[in-house]
Amino acid sequence: MALQSLDISARSATTTPAPQARKTVELAKLIDISKCIGCKACQVACQEWNDLRDTVGRNVGVYDNPADLTAQSWTIMRYAEVEPAPGKLQWLIRKDGCMHCSDPGCLASCPAPGAIVKYSNGIVDFHQENCTGCGYCIIGCPFNIPRISAEDGKAYKCTLCSDRVAVGTEPACAKVCPTGAIVFGSKKDMHQHAAERILDLKERGFAQAGLYDPPGVEGTHVMYVLHHADKPELYSGLPREPMLSPLVGLWKGFAKTVMNAGLAAAVLAAFFHYVSQGPNKEHEEEEVA
Amino acid sequence: MTNHWVDIKNANLILIMGGNAAEAHPCGFKWVTEAKAHNGAKLIVVDPRFTRSAAVADMYAPIRPGSDIVFLGGVLNYLLSTDAINRAYVRAYTDFTFLVDEGFSFQDGLFSGYDPATRSYDKKTWNYQLGPDGYVLTDPTLQHPYCVYQLLKKHYARYTPEMVATLCGTPKEDFLAICKLIAETAAPDKTLSALYALGWTQHSKGSQNIRTICMIQLLLGNVGMAGGGVNALRGHSNIQGLTDLGLLSNLLPGYLNLPGESKPVQPQAGTDSPEQPMQSSLPVDARESVAAYIARSSLKPLRPNQMSYWQHFGRFFVSTMKAWYGDAATEENGWCFEWLPKLDKQYDILQVFENMNNGEMNGYFCQGFNPLASAPCKIKVSSALAKLKYLVVIDPLATETSEFWQDHGEYNDVDPASIQTEVFRLPSTCFAEEDGSLVNSSRWLQWHWQAADPPGEAKGDQAIMAGIFLKLREMYAKDGGAFPDPILNLHWPYLRPHAPSPEELAREFSGKALRDVTDPADPDRVLVRAGQQLNGFGELRDDGSTSCGCWIFAGCWSEQGNLMARRDNSDPYGIGQTLNWAFSWPANRRILYNRASCDVEGKPFDASRRLIYWDATRARWVGSDVPDFNATSSPADGMGPFIMNPEGVGRLFAVDKMAEGPFPEHYEPVESPLAFNPLSNGNEAARFNPAARIFASDSDSFGRAEEFPYVCTTYRLTEHFHFWTKHARLNAIIQPEQFVELGEELAMEKGIKAGDTVRVTSKRGFIVAMAVVTKRIRQLDIAGKKVHTVGVPLHWGFLGVAKNGYLANTLTPFVGDANTNTPEFKAFLVQVEKV
Repeated sequence: MALQSLDISARSATTTPAPQARKTVELAKLIDISKCIGCKACQVACQEWNDLRDTVGRNVGVYDNPADLTAQSWTIMRYAEVEPAPGKLQWLIRKDGCMHCSDPGCLASCPAPGAIVKYSNGIVDFHQENCTGCGYCIIGCPFNIPRISAEDGKAYKCTLCSDRVAVGTEPACAKVCPTGAIVFGSKKDMHQHAAERILDLKERGFAQAGLYDPPGVEGTHVMYVLHHADKPELYSGLPREPMLSPLVGLWKGFAKTVMNAGLAAAVLAAFFHYVSQGPNKEHEEEEVA
Repeated sequence: MTNHWVDIKNANLILIMGGNAAEAHPCGFKWVTEAKAHNGAKLIVVDPRFTRSAAVADMYAPIRPGSDIVFLGGVLNYLLSTDAINRAYVRAYTDFTFLVDEGFSFQDGLFSGYDPATRSYDKKTWNYQLGPDGYVLTDPTLQHPYCVYQLLKKHYARYTPEMVATLCGTPKEDFLAICKLIAETAAPDKTLSALYALGWTQHSKGSQNIRTICMIQLLLGNVGMAGGGVNALRGHSNIQGLTDLGLLSNLLPGYLNLPGESKPVQPQAGTDSPEQPMQSSLPVDARESVAAYIARSSLKPLRPNQMSYWQHFGRFFVSTMKAWYGDAATEENGWCFEWLPKLDKQYDILQVFENMNNGEMNGYFCQGFNPLASAPCKIKVSSALAKLKYLVVIDPLATETSEFWQDHGEYNDVDPASIQTEVFRLPSTCFAEEDGSLVNSSRWLQWHWQAADPPGEAKGDQAIMAGIFLKLREMYAKDGGAFPDPILNLHWPYLRPHAPSPEELAREFSGKALRDVTDPADPDRVLVRAGQQLNGFGELRDDGSTSCGCWIFAGCWSEQGNLMARRDNSDPYGIGQTLNWAFSWPANRRILYNRASCDVEGKPFDASRRLIYWDATRARWVGSDVPDFNATSSPADGMGPFIMNPEGVGRLFAVDKMAEGPFPEHYEPVESPLAFNPLSNGNEAARFNPAARIFASDSDSFGRAEEFPYVCTTYRLTEHFHFWTKHARLNAIIQPEQFVELGEELAMEKGIKAGDTVRVTSKRGFIVAMAVVTKRIRQLDIAGKKVHTVGVPLHWGFLGVAKNGYLANTLTPFVGDANTNTPEFKAFLVQVEKV
């Protein structure tokens, strides 16, 4: 159940129409990788605000800790040492987490009614009370974000602090970011801010600097400013052209048609069976057996 | 910092070297980001590792640990040989034209006056030529071979780009590109802000690393300018306040020198140059009198019309003694001068643990200090602690020091049964559990308010200290003792004697009038009434009529109230000068030496970021800052901007203030991969710092490159704070386990992959940790040799919720800087092997 101030514009496995009366502003978080110092304050703020505590893990030979997203770590920093030009080392540090797609693959693939919702402001949220833990959202996500909790078998991911946003404040990560690498506002304002940053980066010699707001998922509500927008894969494998998984297409298209056809056939068969044979009768031998 | 955090946003160029601001000061680093985003600033990072600061830099260059003076000396040479200096500034505001004693010389890495037996210098030739009037002789033509300009040029001519490449491993083209960027800030309207921290201080020549950047900034005219300065980023919340309040073994509050037993010493306006070790004790009648002590500390001007503010030393000293001893301090008893301890030698941390390890100490108090983890050479510290009768640890947490006697297996392998030291733990409060002021790197005294009650039996440090003091006083009163006067007469006016309040202590260090204080120009005019708080150190007197616990803090709590609690961030000039935010020592001045932001006529070098300027109609210095100057001294008076120096100018030639020479010279770290120092022509006496702090008892504890071929450096990570946050679960989650960093080339040679377990061994012990293999640490070509660097982050230990680990100081050498005795944690030798 969303807070009153959040209108649900799409709901998994549901056909009820979305509310239309209120006009909400489309929001976005902008992560400027050229300003990020990888301090992990955002990771800590995320855990504090959302009452999460991941386990104290191991060092696995890199700075990334925890080493991957988990049901307790909804955002992590991914550190990539790359040399886009010989001898010009760069340490590209990307805050990874849910991108809040305009066309969310997780929602499209979710079979549990109301487990995944999209608000009219653009936030994609998981409502765990409706989640069956099937994991289809993981397959459906082009960014490999949701994780199933071993504790309760339900899927978790960044909520973009929908609870904070609902009362007019920014996500916890944006609040604590010491360098202003994470900013939050209307998607329009974030586009404008990104344009200024990209201009600065181009002046500093990053000719391919640009915004990551991929059209394959109709844009996202978490966007990146990249020095190398032509090579997003440099940033710990950020997908170049993220799209909904073909399996989701299958599920929503052909498979659903086939299933619907199958259902209809079953109903028809049952009808004809009833008309031709009459109601089923119990056989005593079968009961005993 | 000469400047302040917010002011970094005014810089055109920022150099981070000898520090890693993004990781160690992520919040303050926002001003670097701001300078880049809104002032078009460029950021240069020079570091042995490609750090998270480097990740957002415009230019990064690698450097071998311990070779910073070669790099910076190379920059000096570049600036001098290309004449990329702010001529107007340098001529008027530095000692460029001053003549130096013709006995001064430099040969094969040694300055004149070296005595190898004592490893120290007789500094009599490190001085100026004085005229019959007592003023320094100058040569305005700059032709005299002994003028500072000529000596400087000659000294640094050896620091060529080739020498930089050879000794630092910095590629020549990278070095020259950086020189070019730095040189651009010689323009009067361009500034460089230099940010450093422990990466420069923790060397056997750390003070000289910092001297070198000071000299660069003077040549560029960047000292006293908005967006300029030499900016020490202090590490530990309240380490700035600690040094300011004189919690150093050789200083009184406010950087007043502590009297020695014999040799006259001059006071120092900073932490960079405390006195040299004194000679052995003298009989009482040979000790200097209070008058002699004040006289030699009150520096007379060395050039005409100079302010030489230390000439008021007597006012600061007498007011301090009135704060300590109240009515007991009188002119007749020399303000209780005899009750002060007299230094026979320095008692820095290295000396203390040396003494302890020699069995010369019975007890030790550790307040907010974890020396088993923080002092060098853990095995020596551990052995020393085990020789104590008692150890008192005042800390909010159990520390490795308080548990040093416990067996923690491989991480602290000791036999508790063999350790007889009795340990007392007195739990104290964390900063959020108390009111008080903290001094940040900007020199701002910022009041803060208690947010939570301390747990259990924890008490504030004042209450703990007061409890110990009151008990001692009671015992002295009852039983007498060898020297009871300083204890029995200590001024203790607090409303709750067992728990002096932060407000009372703050009022005490800010200072008050004990009798009416009058205007010296008009004795009928009362400036402050008896009993009132003072407005500043200008009102201090040396006749016992004022009391002030720390003269540089004077005025922070005036009759206007607690100025440290101010939170008005209005910025009328738009350059971040928020004079009504907290209180900045001294005198609420935000940028030190701000007179130097104007030319000799008093016009700002850069009108777009004007600090102060001479307003001829009002006959005053006015502007966006409190003038660091006599506010009514007209430019025609010729007073220099460096008012704490008796010369009135900034010193390129440090005269006798430094232990190892008036010009910074490169010496190898005590443990170095090179068997000789090419800059000293291989002179063995000048291979490493000839005056570095080394104890004879440690001579077997240093490793050589044949056995320990790799350079090691220790450092901090942004996820942790020293040895505290391993107790905090969130910090432990984001950086859970000890690791070391190795370059790809070394890892390949050793067959080590990321995530393998490795052992790093020095002559003093070993640690075992996970390997992070990285492109960010490069193999360097040093004097024809391949040199690898190993990085050791230091946050782990045997207590806390993070995975247990080894104390990094298991590896580090018991060696200190020649001036400050700061240990050499940033450059030593190790061996590495896969476990």
